[in-house]
Amino acid sequence: MFEGLSSRFEGILRKVRGRGRLGPEDVEEFLAEIRVALLEADVHLDVVRTLLDRIRDRAVGVEVAGALNPGQIIVKIVLEELTAVLGGETFRPAYASKPPTVVLLAGLQGSGKTTTAAKLARWYKGQGRNPMLIGADLLRPAAVEQLRTLGDRINVPVFSDSTDPVSVARAGLAEAVRLGRDVAICDTAGRLAIDEDLMAEVAEISDTLQPHHTFLVVDAMTGQDAVTTAEAFHTRLGLDALIITKLDGDARGGAALSITEVVGRPIAFASTGETVEDFEPFHPDRLAGRILGMGDVETLIEKAEETFAVEEAEAAAARMLEGTFTLDDFLEQLRALRKMGSINSIMGMVPGMASQVRDLDEALDERRIDRIEGIINSMTPSERLGPDVIDGSRRARIAAGSGTEVGEINQLVKQFREMRKMMKQMGGRGPGRSKAGRARKKKGRGGRVTTAGPAPIDKKKGLSLPGLGDLPGDRGPSSGDLDLTGIWPSD
Amino acid sequence: MGLRSSLGRARDAWSTHLASVRVAGVVDDRTWEGLTEALLLADIGLPTTEALIDGVRYRVGSEGVDDVEGVLGLLKEGILGRLGGADRSLAFGGEPSVWLFVGVNGVGKTTTIGKLGWREASAGRSVVFAAGDTFRAAAADQLEVWADRAGATMVRGAEGADPGSVVFDAVEHAAARGADLVLADTAGRVHTRGNLMDELAKVRRVADKGAGTVTETLLVIDATTGQNGLLQAREFAAAADVTGIVLTKLDGSARGGIVVAVHEDLGIPVKLVGVGEDRDDLLAFDPADFVDALFSVDVPA
Repeated sequence: MFEGLSSRFEGILRKVRGRGRLGPEDVEEFLAEIRVALLEADVHLDVVRTLLDRIRDRAVGVEVAGALNPGQIIVKIVLEELTAVLGGETFRPAYASKPPTVVLLAGLQGSGKTTTAAKLARWYKGQGRNPMLIGADLLRPAAVEQLRTLGDRINVPVFSDSTDPVSVARAGLAEAVRLGRDVAICDTAGRLAIDEDLMAEVAEISDTLQPHHTFLVVDAMTGQDAVTTAEAFHTRLGLDALIITKLDGDARGGAALSITEVVGRPIAFASTGETVEDFEPFHPDRLAGRILGMGDVETLIEKAEETFAVEEAEAAAARMLEGTFTLDDFLEQLRALRKMGSINSIMGMVPGMASQVRDLDEALDERRIDRIEGIINSMTPSERLGPDVIDGSRRARIAAGSGTEVGEINQLVKQFREMRKMMKQMGGRGPGRSKAGRARKKKGRGGRVTTAGPAPIDKKKGLSLPGLGDLPGDRGPSSGDLDLTGIWPSD
Repeated sequence: MGLRSSLGRARDAWSTHLASVRVAGVVDDRTWEGLTEALLLADIGLPTTEALIDGVRYRVGSEGVDDVEGVLGLLKEGILGRLGGADRSLAFGGEPSVWLFVGVNGVGKTTTIGKLGWREASAGRSVVFAAGDTFRAAAADQLEVWADRAGATMVRGAEGADPGSVVFDAVEHAAARGADLVLADTAGRVHTRGNLMDELAKVRRVADKGAGTVTETLLVIDATTGQNGLLQAREFAAAADVTGIVLTKLDGSARGGIVVAVHEDLGIPVKLVGVGEDRDDLLAFDPADFVDALFSVDVPA
């Protein structure tokens, strides 16, 4: 269950291999697998249907050209269609000419509005703004306390009182003006789309605030009901965009795609973890890959760029992908990864790694990193370079030197080997990654990072898709360049 | 308030699919397509949906059923068969008994404890709440409000305290006072986070260590949850030995069909359903009501 699209295609590919053109029956076989993948990803049934129609139109009769095998061509078409839905219209934060810029958050209970309010405030701070939070959720016990605690943590003022939500919104806005804050973010109580009274209330809050941006906060784990709910909120509030939360799990997030298709509003931000740093502008191409179970190399690279110096990021990513690092690197990576925020949100982005996050996650526990540091520091340089030389007596020496147990040394070496193996597998899919990163950077950083236009396909090496590197191709295994820029259309 | 009246309000695509099946009257390919789509829209998931439809098609053939209502009846039987036969009672047996609540973020663990605490206190039991969610800001404050509403005693630690020790203290506190029941909250956690799942397993062990006995570990699942619910249930079951499901937010337009797959796959029964935010909005799970509600079609007003 929940296998990626590429692995779903393997059986069909064996059959159509070597054929120059895909017939309608071949395409239907692919479409059946795409349908299963989309439904498992919680894409809404009606959206699945329209997507399959569009993909069918483009796929039937497609010629198998150059180095691309039919599976790659179809995955490319599917990705392009999904990306077209997700990135059809992008969200651009605008600022009111007469501050404050007012932002209203709404959504179901438990979708993550309060946490998102704080994350959004932190993001605005990062943009050089002075946000303020307004706590208008007077329904859930202690929701305002939660917002105040989070506000303290990010050093953003929080306004609330115990009158009623509409009055709180009004007074909060006045307070933002008085304090000269240039962004006011209003948190609201969770409500069901079919709760007439509460929907009327949030509409009144909206009338009062006249928000510049209204965001619907949507849980990535939502199923088919997402569309019904989003339509109801859109009718009442006129949504500008979505914020998708809990993307740090293994939910594919098809509900978010469905909402963008049906409601016609883009996803502005994605929340990828529990800490306030785990929040970033949304990238359509990434969710497309995720829905198809294809990992997210782009985000990994970019997160690294944010935290490291740029050169360091290039080297680190390249070494990770090549799998040539040593135990010293391993320790450095652990520390660096920890700096990037939630380890899980990072590891989940690496193709094929989401399922292995558990082991790594354990390895990346804070206290364990301290112990690992002790162990590695007790090794000789040659042991660090090639841990295969570590035998029983060396293990005993290292354990004594670091104040740990022999079993821990074994475990570390084992984990290191596994990590190296995983990285190598990834690297096999894309040692050319750093080149693409460099090309993109030349186009200038800052703001939304979008990909460059289609890159020329290296005829000899072929075009390798993320997660598809091990597919049988017409010209042998496609272990050539991982050149994502050629796959994702620019928006 | 019955489950059905809480559920029947939604007017959505799901109802439209089912209505079209019913209006057609005769059983043909469109019937099967319509029923398949209706089940998928209820989040029952593709594998379970296909198995259900195949089973009904087989019976329709062998039993000569030729009307849509008859087919619907067989389909309901099929779902009930997958949900049936389970013990849905909540077990006592410790001094005190400990019921632990687990689940991903935002599903309604704290609210469920509040409502269940009220129910058990109303039944004459002395109840202690353990504020084991020491991670989310103000989670303990939220639980404290519910403790006041329910008439329960509250044991809490500092924010960021070890959740295991908070739960342990609560159990000891309950034992010392001869309380019957400890309802232990835990922080919401995404099931893919290994270290947090290990922490949960530890809380489960520690809760059993002292005077009390964990007699229920209840996984709270939100009715809006899609196919990811099955993965959640697997991981939580592996980490904390889940004994039952609480299906929350069933008063909305979502049907909560994923619990059918969860029950079938893992044999974990739904024990309670949440249908609102008031203290009385918690019901025992009745499979027949649930299945009827799955197939209730609301006529637009």
